[in-house]
Amino acid sequence: MKARSAILFGSALAALVVGALASTHVTAADKVDPAADIKAFQNFFFQKFPNVKHEDFANGPYSMNEDMKRQWQEKEEFPPYEFALDAGKEMFATPFKNGKTYADCFPDGGIGIRQNYPYFDEKEGKVVTLELALNRCREANGEAPYSYVKDEMASLTAYMAYTSRGKLMDIKIPDDPRALAAFENGKRYFYTRRGQMNFSCASCHVQSPGERIRAEVLAPALGILNAMPIYRSEWSSMGTTSRRFVTCNSQTRAVPLEPQSDEYRDVEYFLSYVANGLPISGPGARP
Amino acid sequence: MKRSLSLALLLAVIFALPPARAATEADYKAAYAAAEAASKEATGLRNQWTTTVATLAAAKKAADGGDFDRAIAAAKEAEALAKASIFQATSEKEAWKTMEIR
Repeated sequence: MKARSAILFGSALAALVVGALASTHVTAADKVDPAADIKAFQNFFFQKFPNVKHEDFANGPYSMNEDMKRQWQEKEEFPPYEFALDAGKEMFATPFKNGKTYADCFPDGGIGIRQNYPYFDEKEGKVVTLELALNRCREANGEAPYSYVKDEMASLTAYMAYTSRGKLMDIKIPDDPRALAAFENGKRYFYTRRGQMNFSCASCHVQSPGERIRAEVLAPALGILNAMPIYRSEWSSMGTTSRRFVTCNSQTRAVPLEPQSDEYRDVEYFLSYVANGLPISGPGARP
Repeated sequence: MKRSLSLALLLAVIFALPPARAATEADYKAAYAAAEAASKEATGLRNQWTTTVATLAAAKKAADGGDFDRAIAAAKEAEALAKASIFQATSEKEAWKTMEIR
């Protein structure tokens, strides 16, 4: 056990030193340019996986090869997220104590709008995710907020995603320095190494999509949020985008941030924006 | 004669050495305080490691059980982990750009 810790600690330190040395080659920060970023991001994945149809990137690991695609098609016949979808539909239609419903809080009665979240709220000066908007709706109507990571929140977002299936992700970045800063912060969070394992989100989802990490096939970062929320066999339950971020952090041995912290909201903004043009496929199922 | 001289020399050497001192609670408290300070700095940088938290807790548990040797070793390990996470957070302020898709 002691030898194992020493090896792990040694490896982490070695990786840190390599990272630090690499940083000497970094050039000065460029101007924030989301349009250039989305083009480069999507081209990277389209070139890396020339046989994957662009819209299939919304199916995560199931887009990576024919076998995986067949597994997904079979799963879709009896989807494990179905119970959450039914619960979410019922919850969405059930009035709050004051008689209002979720539909009163959202444009178009909350139907078919998943592709517009998260958005940048110019009044607040921050990114607002669908999960955050749902809890704000509850609180504005005198109801207690739900946990951001599972259960009711996953059911509600599952239903809202389902009503938006096939609609193309359409995230806007207004010409507002605060919105550009949020996008840039999200990008930085995505590429920053953290935790004792010295992994960034990109270590798995840019450098190694399609590869196995133990028994799992890693999903490409492109379109990774389009299928949210997801039923994960590993969790034996549904999980939200917040849950995904929290567990990714834990797996790298980083202490997760609080769900809906500014960093998580910003990285969701970045990842959703670079998936613009890909269809909403949620709720999804993952191994 | 020769044998008793060797024995006398050996005894003289043994008694001349300073006695090995068992770790005290004060030693532990100093080691823990240093680890805790580094850990708080990592938290402030939004880059705390789960292993730092767990190792700090292990140090406290060992000290509560009166095993200060073990507690000090764990506190020192926690401090080293916290310092590595601080180094990571600091170097990543620029290093993340090397990973960026451009």
